[in-house]
Amino acid sequence: MTAVAPTPALASSRSGRRAASGATMLAAGEPVAWLMAAGLGLALVMISGLLALVLWNGGTTFWPGPIVELRTLDGATLLGEEFRRERYRPDETLLADQSAAVRTAAAQALSGDGWTSRSLLRTANFDVTGTHFTWISDYEIVPDSVGRPEWAIGIERLEFGRFFGFPLRGEEDRRVVAEGEAATWAWFEAHHREVRRLWEERRDLETHEVGGVNRALESERLRLRGIELREGIPAEWVVAWSDLLRTRRGGSAEEIESARTRLAEIEAAGFVPTDRFRAAAAEFEAEEATLNDRFVELTGEIARLDAAMDRFVMVLRTVDGVEKSIPLAEIVRAIPQNQLGVGGRLLVFLDRWREFLLDGPREANSEGGVFPAIFGTVAMTLIMTLAVVPFGVLAALYLREYAKGGAVISAVRIAVNNLAGVPSIVFGVFGLGFFCYVVGASIDQLLFEAKLPNPTFGKGGLLWSSLTLALLTLPVVIVATEEALAAVPRSMREGSYACGASKWQTIRRIVLPRALPGIMTGAILAMARGAGEVAPLMLVGAVKLAPELPIDGVAPFVHPERSFMHLGFHIYDLGFQSQNSEAAKPMVFTTTLLLIVLIALLNLIAIWLRSRLRRRFAGSQF
Amino acid sequence: MTDRAAPTIPAAPTTRPGPTSIDARASRNLAAIARGETVQAVVHEEVDREQVVLEVDGFSLFYGGYQALHRVSMKVPRGKITALIGPSGCGKTTLLRSVNRLNDLIDGVRVEGDMRLNGDSIYGRDVDVIELRKRMGMVFQKSNPFPMSIYENVVYALRIDGQRDRRVLDEVCERSLRAAALWDEVKDRLHESALGMSGGQQQRLCIARAVAAEPEVLLMDEPCSALDPIATQKIEELMESLVPHYSVLIVTHNMQQAARASDYTAYMVLGRLIEYGPTQSIFQNPKLPETEDYITGRFG
Repeated sequence: MTAVAPTPALASSRSGRRAASGATMLAAGEPVAWLMAAGLGLALVMISGLLALVLWNGGTTFWPGPIVELRTLDGATLLGEEFRRERYRPDETLLADQSAAVRTAAAQALSGDGWTSRSLLRTANFDVTGTHFTWISDYEIVPDSVGRPEWAIGIERLEFGRFFGFPLRGEEDRRVVAEGEAATWAWFEAHHREVRRLWEERRDLETHEVGGVNRALESERLRLRGIELREGIPAEWVVAWSDLLRTRRGGSAEEIESARTRLAEIEAAGFVPTDRFRAAAAEFEAEEATLNDRFVELTGEIARLDAAMDRFVMVLRTVDGVEKSIPLAEIVRAIPQNQLGVGGRLLVFLDRWREFLLDGPREANSEGGVFPAIFGTVAMTLIMTLAVVPFGVLAALYLREYAKGGAVISAVRIAVNNLAGVPSIVFGVFGLGFFCYVVGASIDQLLFEAKLPNPTFGKGGLLWSSLTLALLTLPVVIVATEEALAAVPRSMREGSYACGASKWQTIRRIVLPRALPGIMTGAILAMARGAGEVAPLMLVGAVKLAPELPIDGVAPFVHPERSFMHLGFHIYDLGFQSQNSEAAKPMVFTTTLLLIVLIALLNLIAIWLRSRLRRRFAGSQF
Repeated sequence: MTDRAAPTIPAAPTTRPGPTSIDARASRNLAAIARGETVQAVVHEEVDREQVVLEVDGFSLFYGGYQALHRVSMKVPRGKITALIGPSGCGKTTLLRSVNRLNDLIDGVRVEGDMRLNGDSIYGRDVDVIELRKRMGMVFQKSNPFPMSIYENVVYALRIDGQRDRRVLDEVCERSLRAAALWDEVKDRLHESALGMSGGQQQRLCIARAVAAEPEVLLMDEPCSALDPIATQKIEELMESLVPHYSVLIVTHNMQQAARASDYTAYMVLGRLIEYGPTQSIFQNPKLPETEDYITGRFG
């Protein structure tokens, strides 16, 4: 805004309303407008500040920076990525422990105002040095010793965090096939992709094939257990019988014999299992044997892949001269960070984002991706919305359209509004107590008896989380719907009644369509509230690491009883439960950024739907 | 309808007549009303010669403790336009809304007496209100098209009756829109939102909706009060084209409109029917002085 001399109030009132384009804030002579503008401005500054913080920190996490090498006055050489930089005032006691050279340098550096700068260097190589990060004050560094060695390689691997070092040689079957930095790197690039393909094959075998065998085995066992329960077979017989099965597979002759004797003793004591059970048991035995064969086959296949992968090992040298062998299979990504131009860095950046969005987590969630958490968050929010909107709309319809106003209805309204103020963790406790331990346990009793005492629905899961959050967001939907219903003009209802419509016909054909955009607004608010909620989820189903997605290719495809990962919980886990919290910190921002974008996306979809509805019902208002 | 000449409204007398002036007699009648007494309505004999479509019989209505209608009795003739006039708060709209029992929706309303639609009781204990309302149509003061297409607006009454036959619906839609003189204007955009029409068109759409189910009586509650003069004129022409096929009972604040467009006029004051007769006599030769006061603008 350009500075404009304030016009005298009289003059401006005489000239009447100014054209909007030329008017300044000063022309609107109401002081209260300034107050309002200040309020809005403060809110905007805070919101955009928060968003900018998240956007900057979250957005730059995956950008590969240069790797710097430097020497300290104490004679140590360090190699790493600069993680963070800050101004600080070193403590006297801190300096007292340092060597004479450092103290001299420090005294010189601090002679001004006592402030200096320091960098947090991600030195990584946790398995060699025992630390991930090192603080380096500016005065500790030997002047002009900072460099960016061309062959410094940053490696992301499956364990122990990152590794920074120089390639030394490549080995196949313990024979050196490449030596020297450039040759080793070329050898690595030639083989890494192939080895990773084997690794992925092995992972798929492990999760899908072996998992499938385990599932089949489990379902066979459950079938047998169901028959056992129905036929009333005593537990001791079953124990003795399964002992016999087990010893037959791998026990010595005496063990088999003793198990057989025990079984015979129980049967001699008067119990003879029914024919039906015997038949089922025989079938189980046969099936188990087949599955075991398959399992052995798979184990062999996995061992073959392991052997094929383990042939390739890269030996690297740390900056201290320690040699470290890393199997190629364990290297997720190796980047010659100091050789890359902007384009190369951008490719790494995008590849890391791809991994973040589409892969599962590794290294206790501090590396890898969050796809299961994205999936869980979206699935939970959608199920919650599907549950809360019909429920809330029905409740609001009754309150507004059918119930006769009175003390009871007023009390119900107050109660609904108060529900919005109940701490969300209380809903979590309620969900755990009611949904998991009462409803879920009853379902288990009725439908999953064979699996007991292991709970199926009687524990936290996607369904119970969604329903708990549906309860939490119910007041939002009820209040919004009631307001939308109240806003439907009386004349429209009367018009419908005058045509001979019943109350329900009027509600269904006139009131609800007209109130739909308002109801959608309620649903949008509920979604935003529910998607960002974490506390209750910790009690009713969100977990640090869920091995399986709640929807997958295994019949019955949708598993609402499964625990799931959630972005909000993931943020909490990264920020407060992580062992390597400094490395997890940027991931906290990135995950937050993702959660915000996800909620914004869900909202945008809902807003788009609402505007479509509005367009259908709106027009030039008479 | 060419024979209905619009009667002119007599100018207010400039000089006061003698002691038995109409002012004195008028104030006597009005004083009785103010005391809460029931006043015998003056009904012109022409009314009794008509066929009756709707008969109001000693009808009283109470909003809680307040009595809004005092033993009103009148016969609405078939195939004619009957106008209800009177000062604000005289109960014309209440009477109209009592005919299709819309007042039932208001808490604390109590009625005495009865009405009969073609001989069938309206306030009897075993009357199905929904069925009853299907026999009438109503047009409101402010047009209230539903938030749906023009087509669906018109056939709404049939839709809620469960009519699915496309041919029947199409036919009713066209017939009703033609009856409401709207067909030519909207026939190309039947499936667009009704809310995109102009105010006058919306009101005519409401009339089309009201006549779609062939009502036995068409109730109109000040249908032109929110319209400009040109739209008003169109509605009035439309009303004239509706008779004698339909019977119309219309509430109006606008006396010129009552004089121009109606066959019979009933004048109400404070919940009582005062005078009821052919529009021409009411406006040119009223039997009661208070009627003359009102139509000449000296009262109300």
